[in-house]
Amino acid sequence: MTATGPLPGYNFAYLNEQTKRMIRRALLKAVAIPGYQVPFASREMPMPYGWGTGGMQVTASILMPDDTLKVIDQGADDTTNAVSIRNFFAKTAAVETTTATAQASVIQTRHRIPEEPLREDQILVYQVPIPEPLRFLEPRETETRKMHALSEYGLMHVKLYEDIARYGHIATTYAYPVEVDGRYVMDPSPTPKFDNPKMDDCAALQLFGAGREKRIYAIPPYTKVISLDFDDYPFEVQTWEEACGLCGARDSYLDEVILDDRGGRLFCCSDTDFCEKRRAMGYRGAMSGEPQEAAE
Amino acid sequence: MSALAAETVEMTPILAARGVGHAYGDFLACRDVSFDLYPGEVLGIVGESGSGKTTLLKCLSGHLEPTEGEVGFAVRDGEMRLLGEMGEPERRALARTDWAFVHQNPRDGLRMSVSAGANIGERLMANGHRHYGNIREAALEWLAKVEIDAERIDDLPRTFSGGMQQRLQIARNLVTGPRLVFMDEPTGGLDVSVQARLLDLLRGLVQRLGLSAIVVTHDLAVARLLSTRLMVMQGGRVIEAGLTDQVLEDPQAPYSQLLVSSVLQV
Amino acid sequence: MYVAVKGGQQAIANAHKLSAEERRGNPDVPEIGVDQIDQQLSIAVDRVMTEGSLYDRQLAALAIKQARGDMIEAIFLVRASRTTLPRFGYSVPMETSDMAIRRRISATFKDIPGGQVLGPTFDYQHRLIDPALAEGGAPEPAETAPADVDAQSPKVLGLLGQEGLMEAAGDGDDDAEIGDLTRDPLDFPADRDLRLQNLVRGDEGFILSLGYSTQRGYARGHAFAGEIRMGEVAVSFVPEELGFEIEIGEVALTECEMVTQFKGSSKVPPQFTRGYGLAFGQCERKAMSMALVDRALRAGELGEDRVAPAQDEEFVMSHSDSVEATGFVEHLKLPHYVDFQAELELVRRMRAEAEGKQAGTGEAAE
Repeated sequence: MTATGPLPGYNFAYLNEQTKRMIRRALLKAVAIPGYQVPFASREMPMPYGWGTGGMQVTASILMPDDTLKVIDQGADDTTNAVSIRNFFAKTAAVETTTATAQASVIQTRHRIPEEPLREDQILVYQVPIPEPLRFLEPRETETRKMHALSEYGLMHVKLYEDIARYGHIATTYAYPVEVDGRYVMDPSPTPKFDNPKMDDCAALQLFGAGREKRIYAIPPYTKVISLDFDDYPFEVQTWEEACGLCGARDSYLDEVILDDRGGRLFCCSDTDFCEKRRAMGYRGAMSGEPQEAAE
Repeated sequence: MSALAAETVEMTPILAARGVGHAYGDFLACRDVSFDLYPGEVLGIVGESGSGKTTLLKCLSGHLEPTEGEVGFAVRDGEMRLLGEMGEPERRALARTDWAFVHQNPRDGLRMSVSAGANIGERLMANGHRHYGNIREAALEWLAKVEIDAERIDDLPRTFSGGMQQRLQIARNLVTGPRLVFMDEPTGGLDVSVQARLLDLLRGLVQRLGLSAIVVTHDLAVARLLSTRLMVMQGGRVIEAGLTDQVLEDPQAPYSQLLVSSVLQV
Repeated sequence: MYVAVKGGQQAIANAHKLSAEERRGNPDVPEIGVDQIDQQLSIAVDRVMTEGSLYDRQLAALAIKQARGDMIEAIFLVRASRTTLPRFGYSVPMETSDMAIRRRISATFKDIPGGQVLGPTFDYQHRLIDPALAEGGAPEPAETAPADVDAQSPKVLGLLGQEGLMEAAGDGDDDAEIGDLTRDPLDFPADRDLRLQNLVRGDEGFILSLGYSTQRGYARGHAFAGEIRMGEVAVSFVPEELGFEIEIGEVALTECEMVTQFKGSSKVPPQFTRGYGLAFGQCERKAMSMALVDRALRAGELGEDRVAPAQDEEFVMSHSDSVEATGFVEHLKLPHYVDFQAELELVRRMRAEAEGKQAGTGEAAE
């Protein structure tokens, strides 16, 4: 394969075509078995493991020249790692990049799902550090694979039971385990549980890549995704007493920013694009320094 | 138990062993063991250490594949299935539903890093129970049955005494109403006074719940209190078998006589 | 108006420029050349090639320069470059018994056919800092024995094998497909081919410590260095269009075969067993450690109890790779505000509940 991409000496989107084919096969299998972790021969990327190499390999394998790519980290387009990954694909694939959720055809994310509902013509690629939801209950791969194969998921509920017994409620706040399509229990990556409901019946294809752990998994569009819970302690998401200080949103995931050493704090949307879009529409929060005429 | 039920109980064994043996390399740890276990029966397997009783128990409970003979278990629909022909999924499913295994060392049978309540609730959750309140209710009920203070429900087993850990292990195993319980030296490693209390408790549970069980022990007193039938093992073979009272009162094999006399004189 | 600053493009660009400046150091000091690294830091180059899984001295030397001497970073650079290379095929298995020997020692026999060759080594040197080296200058020429082109150096373990005292090398199945964990996902339990590949790529320090642990009782068996040899070995390849073997070059290798006693089992009489280590260039410490760990990892196959970390293939293989390890450890530098926010909210809530409870009991007591 001698095809070269926009970066001299490298193929389109960095990976050679043999590698992409191998990853696409894993992706097809993952889509066919929702929530099942497909082993794949993860490659070294020019970014360190743990910094999104799994997501990058998935993105590199699905990217087409006419795609528009958005990359977020912690919900934001301007965090250092998001900038770095976006630049990487701008350089190696010369695809158009955007920060607008609605304009992206491929969105690579670490730790968040955009607030704006995704569409059928979009693909969300998650960066996953530890794909195995049972890992911290059972460290052995040989044993966890058996547990998945036999649907032995009792242990997962033991953890939730312990939470309730100790704290009075389920104390898992992110990487909250989900059951996909009534079969496999899956780690949604360290997204806050606030984002779990967005995975259910989602119109977009959701792909998960774990580079260091060499696993790929997927949620096909419109798949049932249930957050594990008890009948009498149903799953619930985080809520805030505050609204976004910048755009006034009350239904988004908020970051807390420390303003000074006297306890001054600002709560603002972690999804920067969502926040900016609202502000462009005229919504204002309490700390935007402008009258809040359109808020509420 | 009604007369009819008792009659059907007589009819079909819940577990059957035919010519079971196991060799570690060239060493035959146990050989040619055959018996039927009927529902509601407690079979005691006694013998000194090295007599092959623990190897036999492992073969019977699917932990070890016999190198000769076969073991059958009557699954819920009454069909007798050979363990050797079951796949691992089916054996693991049995292990968390119809079977229970009480280890000599409670640490082998407990999940030491989670609370007593979670230990009892685990089998329920593994079998699909999803109501926290009900699981907790069942855990409390079982703590009471094994005489552990309800206040200890959220404590870790490592804060329990050896006797309490063993009682917790029993509760954890019995909570799903298993049809067959395997016990490996359930009172081994405990102080004599603690042993007596545990035995008393076990006897009560066995009688009240009508448990079918296989108990391996080197302690004839344990066998006498718990079991309805007895098998005496020596050098990997069963040298005598019969009703517990019969074997203990009128042992036939010289080794059994020795065993009985040595214990009963104490 | 408050604008949340979350990092940015300009900061990254500047940081990279700063790093490049630091790499160059004081511009009054002459810049180090790739050739200098290749020639004068040759063992560093060997290590980067070994753990980088790529035999290319110039590239490894450049990586060391670019990484400012950070070996794991240099290995990472080589790996990331390697991953872009298409695979043309696999070489014919190399014959290390045909090695052009530069160094060869055996600790098990005083004299061996072909002789002991000490070669270039730190062994038996007094490790005294040499102030004269700071000044530089040409080293004294070394006297070497005249090369005997016909000399045969049979494998020492092969000699033991003739007596039946040594297990056969490998499982005897020459046609078995050899795995490649850079091409196929790793699946446990892993066979020895994959374990060896993992150990070659594994971090020298990690493998060294594991090997050391086996000597200190964490896995049984006393190992002997049956043979360590270092030198050049020819690499041959069968191009599809030719259909026959051609020599395409040679690589420098260090090979170590350890001998460990095995007391036998019901099927196998007592004999010696092997541990195997191999590395590019002169990475002797790595090859020896690898051989110890290889032997320890064969516990399952030889029916030994798995009790020590070095015998646990999932533990060893999952944590040996420095590129994987450094990436994940260092990823803790990445922002985690979203998760931390979730934890912050939870801890506040639990504290509030705990305070509420305390207040409640306080009132009840009054």
